[in-house]
Amino acid sequence: MTLCVKLSHHIQNFHLDLAFELPAKGLTALFGPSGSGKSLTTNAIAGLITPQVGEISLNGHRLFSSSQRINCPSHKRNIGYMFQDSRLFPHLTIKKNLLFGAKRCKQSPTHDEIQQIIAMLDIGHLLKRHPAHLSGGEKQRVALGRALLSKPSLLLLDEPMAALDQARKQEILPHLERLRDESDIPILYISHSISEVARLADQMLLIHQGTLNAQGPVHDVMNRLDLFPLTGRFEAGTAFKATILSHDQDHSMSCVQFEGGTLWTSKLPGEVGDLVRLRIRARDVLLATEKPAAISANNIIPAIIHDYRQDPNHIMEVQLQAQGIKLLARITKKSWHRLGLQKGSTLFAIIKSISLDRRLGQDTTST
Amino acid sequence: MTDWITPAEWEALLLSFKISTIAVGSALPFAILTASLLSRPPFPGKALLDGIVHLPLILPPVVMGYLLLITFGTRAPLGAWLQSTFDLRFVFSWTGAALAAAIITFPFQVRAIRLAIESMDPGLIEAAKTLGAGPIDRFISITLPLALPGILAGAITAFAASLGEFGAIITFVSNIPGETRTLPLAIYSALQTPGGEEAAARLVILAIALAFLGLILSEFAARHAKKRMGQ
Repeated sequence: MTLCVKLSHHIQNFHLDLAFELPAKGLTALFGPSGSGKSLTTNAIAGLITPQVGEISLNGHRLFSSSQRINCPSHKRNIGYMFQDSRLFPHLTIKKNLLFGAKRCKQSPTHDEIQQIIAMLDIGHLLKRHPAHLSGGEKQRVALGRALLSKPSLLLLDEPMAALDQARKQEILPHLERLRDESDIPILYISHSISEVARLADQMLLIHQGTLNAQGPVHDVMNRLDLFPLTGRFEAGTAFKATILSHDQDHSMSCVQFEGGTLWTSKLPGEVGDLVRLRIRARDVLLATEKPAAISANNIIPAIIHDYRQDPNHIMEVQLQAQGIKLLARITKKSWHRLGLQKGSTLFAIIKSISLDRRLGQDTTST
Repeated sequence: MTDWITPAEWEALLLSFKISTIAVGSALPFAILTASLLSRPPFPGKALLDGIVHLPLILPPVVMGYLLLITFGTRAPLGAWLQSTFDLRFVFSWTGAALAAAIITFPFQVRAIRLAIESMDPGLIEAAKTLGAGPIDRFISITLPLALPGILAGAITAFAASLGEFGAIITFVSNIPGETRTLPLAIYSALQTPGGEEAAARLVILAIALAFLGLILSEFAARHAKKRMGQ
């Protein structure tokens, strides 16, 4: 484990009390609504605030310990921090901004490393400008580059896309994905957007009102019925892994294999044999007690009702056991009664659409 | 037209420039230090320091001159020690005039610089921390350049105020031609002399021209500083 965090901090009516560890590689999302204590946590890790009680260590180095009275100053922690609002230095050119941390770290990046990061983020044409002349997306790319060039042992990304409009988000997302796939640095990604988490993260920590409600692989946490109120029911759904079996070029469709079955999806990027993480949203699943014969949906799979939960708006959230995966469906209470459904009912799940969360590459042996 | 200004008047002008430049230049580092101290979170003695810095603004200049006289006079302990150790004499000398001008205009510098530091985005300092910059490094590479417009504005205001200082100078170092007779003292002397109204008028025009020059200079400096920030 690279980062071990144990925190307890009290301000006015807010209690932060949590403990977690971060895997040595990959992107972990710290997910929770505004005011849940996400920024407090990252600021404590970076040393920008001093928690009242806690222990923080990174790669075996103790950065903070209230019991041993250790508090390593933030400029010696070697933790990269990309802020929501870029925080580029207005009096310096982009080049000088990028190299600000690089000049101050123990092992300065080589010329090649600098060029590589500039190329990866596609910011070479901005080097001579000042931050005031950059768009929001460009600023965030520079901020990311600046944090990376300080060669951190841990990278904190604090809602890097929250201040951007949809088009700018699309501009920076591929860069974040590349960073996640190519970098050896563990990344803690703070977000309150479940779709960002689903697309980017491997692991997630779910934080609510200052405490940790769940942690684990993203699809496990997101499929938990009891966490629906926190993960957001509109976006609720099932994430699962599948392998691309074949492409149907004529109809621009792909056939994928998942645990215990096959599904048709709209054409996926990637080769046959590639592993992907797919998502079926709860609102895209219809239920039928008899197998419909003539229907436009391509995917109809038999399922059993495993569990259900009624939300305050008379909507039933139904968890189905369908050939090895747990599907979620949202139906009205009226439908539930009309079909006479209950725990253990057998039925057919009609899947209207399947979306691609992210590509997982060729490796099919890892989990 | 060649002698529209007499050598004595020219001397007063140059002396004013010399005294103001030395006064502002030597007080500037202290002003920056004081301003950055005062813009920090509360510490014991902060209110006292703030009060002392602002004292020259609220005390009559003549009182300041008197206080300087009893502190730096040759018979005062500090004044005597400075003279015997460093051969530094302030009374009846242009250096004394510079000291008086520096102290009187110190609050102008501190206020402008403090305002500039306090209006800075504290997030930039946090960013510099996470990029490995220590406290002194942050001050030099972030705080100072960002406060530059404020520093310039403070220095120019202090320079202009220092050109006009009268009460403290005449009380502390008297009105000695060629040594401590600055522009305002020269105007005063001209008015005291029978038939000196014409000389006084010339000096007044000179003083007005100088004031405008200072104003234009500060505007120019502010624009240049803004341009550097890319705005």
